[in-house]
Amino acid sequence: MSYEEQEIVNIEKEELLPKVKVLMNDGYRLVQIGCTKMADHLQVDYSFDKDYKFYDLRIKLPLTNLELPSISAICLPAFLYENEIHDLFGVNVTNISIDFKGKFYRLEKDAPFMQDDK
Amino acid sequence: MAKQTIIPFGPQHPVLPEPIHLDLVLEDEVVVEAIPNIGFIHRGLELLCKKKPFQDMVFVAERICGICSFIHGVGFCQGVEKIMNLEVPKRAELLRVFWGELSRVHSHLLWLGLAADAIGFESLFMHVWRVRERVLKIFEETTGGRVIFSACQVGGTRKNIDNDTLRRIAKELDEIETDYKELADVFIQDYTVRHRWSDIGILSEENAHKLGAVGPTLRASGIAQDMRMLRYGGYVDVDFEPIVETACDCYARCMVRVREVFQSFDLMRQAIDKIPDGEIAAKVNGFPEGEFFSRVEQPRGEVVYYIRGDGTNFLDRFRIRTPTFANIHPLLAMIGGCALADAPAIILSIDPCISCTER
Repeated sequence: MSYEEQEIVNIEKEELLPKVKVLMNDGYRLVQIGCTKMADHLQVDYSFDKDYKFYDLRIKLPLTNLELPSISAICLPAFLYENEIHDLFGVNVTNISIDFKGKFYRLEKDAPFMQDDK
Repeated sequence: MAKQTIIPFGPQHPVLPEPIHLDLVLEDEVVVEAIPNIGFIHRGLELLCKKKPFQDMVFVAERICGICSFIHGVGFCQGVEKIMNLEVPKRAELLRVFWGELSRVHSHLLWLGLAADAIGFESLFMHVWRVRERVLKIFEETTGGRVIFSACQVGGTRKNIDNDTLRRIAKELDEIETDYKELADVFIQDYTVRHRWSDIGILSEENAHKLGAVGPTLRASGIAQDMRMLRYGGYVDVDFEPIVETACDCYARCMVRVREVFQSFDLMRQAIDKIPDGEIAAKVNGFPEGEFFSRVEQPRGEVVYYIRGDGTNFLDRFRIRTPTFANIHPLLAMIGGCALADAPAIILSIDPCISCTER
């Protein structure tokens, strides 16, 4: 069974906007933005695709400082994912183009995906 | 400046099979902006990966949505199989292609029926769903279920179809295709259908790419992108090209789906011809440790599963990005500038699946 090659690149938060701008100018499209809670940090994946080539930018956010700049000014569809990671993980994404301010999903608890109940 | 009115569309609406809310900002009868509002059926299914053994998560994945059920199972299983380096038997891979393409036929027939109903063509809706019923009977015969089949498992499939049954089903598919062709001709040639859907909901090729559209919504704007071209699983053994239309309107999106049904019939015949004898599942030893972004093509477009295991029986993360989630922003672009009366047809044209979107 064959599987596609996937490139995952670790970057710092400060590199996010310039890297995304380069990718968008190069013809990549945003595939998804997702978070994974790890033991000591929050892993944030920005996944892109061009001609079936999968490319992922990965940021490790300290759990004490969950803040990211929005990429929605460069990459328009990002606002949906950024609102989602805010509601589910409590990430404070600044300057989202359309900000639902915590009302994207109708949740009983704040940041339910940050609770460790494994 | 004209006076603006806001009209709520949804969450309950006759054309919507599932709840989504759009605030349509109108100037006279023209929609100038649409503001989405989702979250009515968010179930937090992804969190269940921490409570359910990884082999049981395929049942959760299948229940993300009833229409896309089987392919959700395939995408999940594929991700785990990659992490665990499992070699899925060829028979299982081609059975997955068969059931996956039959799911695509089912999904597109469901949409074609709803689309006909949305424009008031009720007899066409009933005929399309009559044909869909024959597809559901094949599902029931081969898997025991009409909507959620539980046919996929990590390592292969849980159910087999013997070769005699496969040959009989191949003949039945020919009959269903003949029956369907009559209805497809109505979608292609009928003046009412063309007139109702042409030149509305325009999504240019540039916007389709920039806004991250996927699936038939993207292919109707002239971009030949189909995740089956990654040749995952049994798709390495079948021949096809992405179906593309260039008109960028609702009618083009309808035509992509009409033609994909024919393509799926052909893919199923190819899978049946090439299916070898053998096992249907590999033995699964141990637990997944690693990560992978599994990408497959749902009837609505690209779906991505991020799966991460830490070597225990429970996954660390199971994140799904479904095609309707990606198509929401293109929808907002399509709907700007349309007449209010065209809004339901445009919204339906992306084939929204809100259960998938919200999980």
